[in-house]
Amino acid sequence: MTTEPGAMGLDVSLQKPSFIAVAMAGKTGPVTIVLLVFVAIWYAGAIWMNSTWEIDRFAKKNIDWTMVQLVSKTMQQERPILPAPHQVLVEMNDTIFLKKITSKRSLVYHSSVTLSSTLLGFVVGGLLGILLAVGIVYNTTLERSLMPWIISSQTIPILAIAPMIIVVLGAIGLKGLVPKAIISMYLCFFPVTIGMVKGLRSPDVLQIDLMRTYNASRWQTFWMLRWPSSMPFLFTSLKVAIAISLVGAIVGELPTGAQAGLGARLLAGSYYGQTIQIWSALVTAAILAASLVILIGWIERYVLKKMGTRP
Amino acid sequence: MSRQFDNFALVALGFVVLALLLPLTAGDSQLGWMDHPAAFSVLLLVGGVSLYTAWKGVHGTGVALLIVGLVFIGVLSAIGLMNDGLAGTASWGFWAYIFSLWALIWRGIAHISNTSTLHKGQRVATSIFIPALFGLWLLFLWEMLCVGFGVPGVLLPPPSAIFLQLISSLDILYADFVQTFMKSVLSGFIMGCGSGFIVAILVDRSPFLKRGLLPLGNMVSALPIVGIAPIMVMWFGFDWQSKAAVVVIMTFFPMLVNTVAGLSAAGKLELELMRSYGAGYWQTLFKLRLHSAMPFIFNALKINSTLALIGAIVAEFFGTPIVGMGFRISTEVGRMNVDMVWAEIFIAALAGSTFYGVMALLERAVTFWHPSYRVKHR
Repeated sequence: MTTEPGAMGLDVSLQKPSFIAVAMAGKTGPVTIVLLVFVAIWYAGAIWMNSTWEIDRFAKKNIDWTMVQLVSKTMQQERPILPAPHQVLVEMNDTIFLKKITSKRSLVYHSSVTLSSTLLGFVVGGLLGILLAVGIVYNTTLERSLMPWIISSQTIPILAIAPMIIVVLGAIGLKGLVPKAIISMYLCFFPVTIGMVKGLRSPDVLQIDLMRTYNASRWQTFWMLRWPSSMPFLFTSLKVAIAISLVGAIVGELPTGAQAGLGARLLAGSYYGQTIQIWSALVTAAILAASLVILIGWIERYVLKKMGTRP
Repeated sequence: MSRQFDNFALVALGFVVLALLLPLTAGDSQLGWMDHPAAFSVLLLVGGVSLYTAWKGVHGTGVALLIVGLVFIGVLSAIGLMNDGLAGTASWGFWAYIFSLWALIWRGIAHISNTSTLHKGQRVATSIFIPALFGLWLLFLWEMLCVGFGVPGVLLPPPSAIFLQLISSLDILYADFVQTFMKSVLSGFIMGCGSGFIVAILVDRSPFLKRGLLPLGNMVSALPIVGIAPIMVMWFGFDWQSKAAVVVIMTFFPMLVNTVAGLSAAGKLELELMRSYGAGYWQTLFKLRLHSAMPFIFNALKINSTLALIGAIVAEFFGTPIVGMGFRISTEVGRMNVDMVWAEIFIAALAGSTFYGVMALLERAVTFWHPSYRVKHR
């Protein structure tokens, strides 16, 4: 068969695929559409859940209502059962951008309180996790006696006993940042330890033997082979760790009598039935968590690039 | 001299000497070792065995087990000493004794864990024995530190006090367990994992949804979902339904993401084989793809088993009927009845570990073929 590049075929191969087609083939398009559907469901849910109360009110006032009236009313309630997304956004705009940062009602203030204990717990827990992993990799006794307990330590619902830790530490004068950071630390160290044990053991026998033929000391083997090859594992577990560190800090704020922090904001909202406040605190917490994870992802890319790892 | 002494045994010996030299108690009651002849003889025995092992080293598992046995007697004598007038006044002599026991048991455990010429049964036995020993030792240290230094019970009660509280209030603890675990956790867990699984199978048929949902599902697992608890309590009331709802939301996404990932884990070769057999979608799903997805599904089940308990207990902080683990913890903390809180924590830890353990055992039974369960030959 004589292969002649037909005019049609040439056209198709040279034609750039449209922007939408590119987006739909990748992840961006589908994710956007799923998000849009999610928002639509949220709106529908808000109308449906809030409508009962509005219909009752219309009935009491003996007003003939139309669908349009009902829908617009369900979006403007003071304390809706489920606030509409735009209500949450307005509240977030009010409390993040329009309030002064030092104000007690500013979400920036509350987020910074939560963030500081998250980061403190994350740093200490991460270091503890790395130390434990090094100990476990280099010492069989430590591995065999400690490892099962490290694993079972995480089946204890630490988040559930957080209030006790807060109250008891408060009784001996430790208040504010430190008790919350301790809870975050306890949650953080576990994924780091597990990931680093795997990472420090990831160089294969051949490479370790090579180090031996170079007459490398244990320290050199650690610093030049094991440590660099554990980096991808470290960052993967750090992403998990910082996310649960934030959860730990938020739950740690629940029993402190609603003074400051996103958790306190949640609790205050649930006491006074301020659903919009709860939702805006929740969304802020979600944004915070996502940006922390993304930040770690950036650092990971930078470090791996510096080390010369090909992606 | 080229003789290699056993380091840990030397340390133990050193601490025995220190224990003899330093005062046993502080404060007014000047008790010495001579007032406790039984404990004193055990101390001398510990010193003798340390001297022997320092000189000869530990040869054979038998000697190591003997050392562990001796430390056990030492532990009993230390508890006896504690009850015999040392509570709150223990001084450096006593702590040196504890340290000598510590060095000795570390030596014994190290020998057992470094022995590599064990057949399978013994390997399994040591893999249970060593951590159990370590845990018991930690409990012992906790007890000694609490009683010896007279730590106020509000701060940290000794294990013995927690145990007494535990057996004296079993009925309350059982009621809490039924409310939180049987009602909230189990129902929420089954609904959450079940719906996650079903949605995953639905999503699996559409590559578009897979690409759209997977990144979001991964992101959601990083979000603080427990925060949804106050809203669920508002929607579903104070009883277990609201807790189950929190558990459903917390367990849904890990299950969804893992199942979707697992369903694409079947190898190309196997899929083509199924195709050449003329198998349809459902046959391929049930006979091949679900099986190869099992490790992923069990991964989600294990993650969810701990998440579920956390979700249920935290949700109880936002309002409950007057029963439940989270309720008990928060009220007893308020009354500074810390023994009870620790007893409740113990039950929660036990329930959590058992739940996780059952999932792990199920995993072993279902995915016995997976490489990670093949016996490693050293």
